[in-house]
Amino acid sequence: MKLVIRNGRVVDPKNRTDKKADVLIENGKIVKIGESSEFRPGDVTRSTVTIDATGKIVVPGLIDMHTHLREPGREDEETIASGTRAAAQGGFTSVCCMPNTNPVIDSVSGVKFILTTAAQEGVVNVYPIGSITKGQKGEELAEIGKMKIAGIVGISDDGKPVMNAQIMRRALEYAKMFNLPVISHCEDLNLSMGGVMNEGFTSTILGLKGIPRQAEEIMVARDIALAELTGGKLHLAHITTSRSVELIRQAKRKKIRVTSETAPHYFSLSEEDVRGYNTNTKTNPPLRTKDDIKALCEGLADGTIDCIASDHAPHLDVEKDLEYDVAPFGIVGLETILPLVITKLVREKVLTINQVIAQLTVNPANILGLERGSLSIGSDADLTIIDLNLKRKIGKEFTSQSKNSPFVGWELQGFPVVTIVGGKVVMEDGKLV
Amino acid sequence: MRLKHKDLLGLEYLEKEEINLVLETAKPFKELFTRSVKKVPPLRGKTVVLLFYEPSTRTRTSFELAAKRLSADVLNISSSTSSVAKGESLIDTAKTLEAMKADFVVIRHSMAGAPQILARTISASIINAGDGTHEHPTQGLLDMFTIWEKKGRLSGLNVAIVGDILYSRVARSNIWGLNKMGAKVYVVGPATLIPPRIEEMGVKVYYDLDEIIDQLDVINILRIQMERQKENLFPSLREYNEIFGITDERLKRAKGDLLVMHPGPMNRGIEISSSVADSSHSVITEQVTNGVAVRMAVLYLLAGGDSQGVKR
Repeated sequence: MKLVIRNGRVVDPKNRTDKKADVLIENGKIVKIGESSEFRPGDVTRSTVTIDATGKIVVPGLIDMHTHLREPGREDEETIASGTRAAAQGGFTSVCCMPNTNPVIDSVSGVKFILTTAAQEGVVNVYPIGSITKGQKGEELAEIGKMKIAGIVGISDDGKPVMNAQIMRRALEYAKMFNLPVISHCEDLNLSMGGVMNEGFTSTILGLKGIPRQAEEIMVARDIALAELTGGKLHLAHITTSRSVELIRQAKRKKIRVTSETAPHYFSLSEEDVRGYNTNTKTNPPLRTKDDIKALCEGLADGTIDCIASDHAPHLDVEKDLEYDVAPFGIVGLETILPLVITKLVREKVLTINQVIAQLTVNPANILGLERGSLSIGSDADLTIIDLNLKRKIGKEFTSQSKNSPFVGWELQGFPVVTIVGGKVVMEDGKLV
Repeated sequence: MRLKHKDLLGLEYLEKEEINLVLETAKPFKELFTRSVKKVPPLRGKTVVLLFYEPSTRTRTSFELAAKRLSADVLNISSSTSSVAKGESLIDTAKTLEAMKADFVVIRHSMAGAPQILARTISASIINAGDGTHEHPTQGLLDMFTIWEKKGRLSGLNVAIVGDILYSRVARSNIWGLNKMGAKVYVVGPATLIPPRIEEMGVKVYYDLDEIIDQLDVINILRIQMERQKENLFPSLREYNEIFGITDERLKRAKGDLLVMHPGPMNRGIEISSSVADSSHSVITEQVTNGVAVRMAVLYLLAGGDSQGVKR
């Protein structure tokens, strides 16, 4: 099966490409990238499917390294099938799924379940992340080595921190052998206990218990110190505060093996948006201040923050339609991450298109050790075609089974128009194929 | 002049003129209580639902009395005996009340933002009778009425709120209201019980009441809850009493006409001594009377009544 993408602007940060070129795909692999004039007569025949990418950019298939697909256990909120469809809709060809399911993915059988289900029902590539500790209880290391053999690409107790520093130390040391990143959810549970939004003036007047920024910063500092101690590979999930960014910057200067990510809601919303008690502003970590947004943007621009990941966290309406105190944390994100990145970062001239594409392709691929995130000859044909000029209002209809998004009603610009996984078109013109 | 919104969710959302309107309207309603027939007709035929998710005797009976004296029909729904105990969500409860065409819902809830959920779900007028740590607007209004009645004004007065400010909706409503009316507001309490950045609400924070006692015109004393001691917010009730308790000794340097207030119920001997509670400084029982008048004013005005209609 042959597919050619014509006339697009190919942006491939890994190979330092940013030029007008055509891409030829055959049998699921990229076989040629170049100007039409470089193509031989036999390359494109009548049976070749042609996609016209005039005025659009053609990038390596996007990678979201932090999502919650809720299967097994909460198939009412989302499944691997529906979550990967949402990913395709959002322009993503690979996702990592977090292990805080029910049961937790802490053993080979769990990993196999994810991979098998994804192979049968998934629409994009799914890479499982295993838990750090058994049952994510924070007490005993999970069978990290066996899970690595079974196919995990990282370990995390996300949803929760590993509160015991000794266990986090051992995890970093042990995972180092398998070159697995330890993905840390930085939150001191004692400081954050009972809190539902950022602690500050807004929490005071809203009468909501606050989570002080130090709850994140203390654990960021701790984990960096442990990474330094062990030489392990640390990845900090969902960074939100200016001091966290500063700590990571200092750590990188000292060549400590730390990488980090942030999510779009952290640079698109602030604690002010909690006024009115819309529970789709309730996230963990919480939305912070405008100064933090500024620091996150600076961190993204200078490489302190390596990538952007959605932290896609589906919840049902009936679960979110409750009093702020009791509503669960989390919002969906796969379908809004790209337009938010383009609207809030590229159009606002915080970052160039090359920088954001790197943060969504080669950077997460490097952190996870994936042979993806670039348009190299012979690599799997995972591509995303993006229309940077396409404007759309985010409606209430989502491809995800859940609709818990604070961005409903937002006018955003920059949407994916084609998603190709392994040479197969899975999304075209905003519709799944 | 009328109120601008269909609901009373907090004093943060009221303008100075609206607060004035409520206080002025409460006056003639208070005069009503001296008559033998204490009932007037403005809310005849209207249904007022008291939806109390938290136990309360004081506030609930005050609202009940206010509604009945305005000739309204009153329904009492308390969480322990209703479908709430069966796990019915707030939204479903709201829809049930809407289906029964309630005109007013007075809601007390342990979580901030609950009245907002009602206000955007149903068309009845929602009155916040206390939502978690957020606001208790009618308490703020009756506290201001009490001060205004005794002092003739609110502007320029030095008012201190003393105690557990962190967990107090009464404190927050008082701060909003008093600031809008031009009073100077002080909050006094242990540092662990002062909310973050409360100075940005326009108050001065003190940890030592004795520093300012001689300048104060009003002290509003908040109840200290036993549970807070278990959360390591202060070491013991007797230590709290020693440092923050309002006693005759502490009031020695206070102005002769200092008003002592308390939203109730009091922990006699802890935040306030019995002697002070029963002294000539105390207007605590008057607050209860004023509460009914102020709640009548609120119901009357939300029902569309204007200031003219009340004057006799």
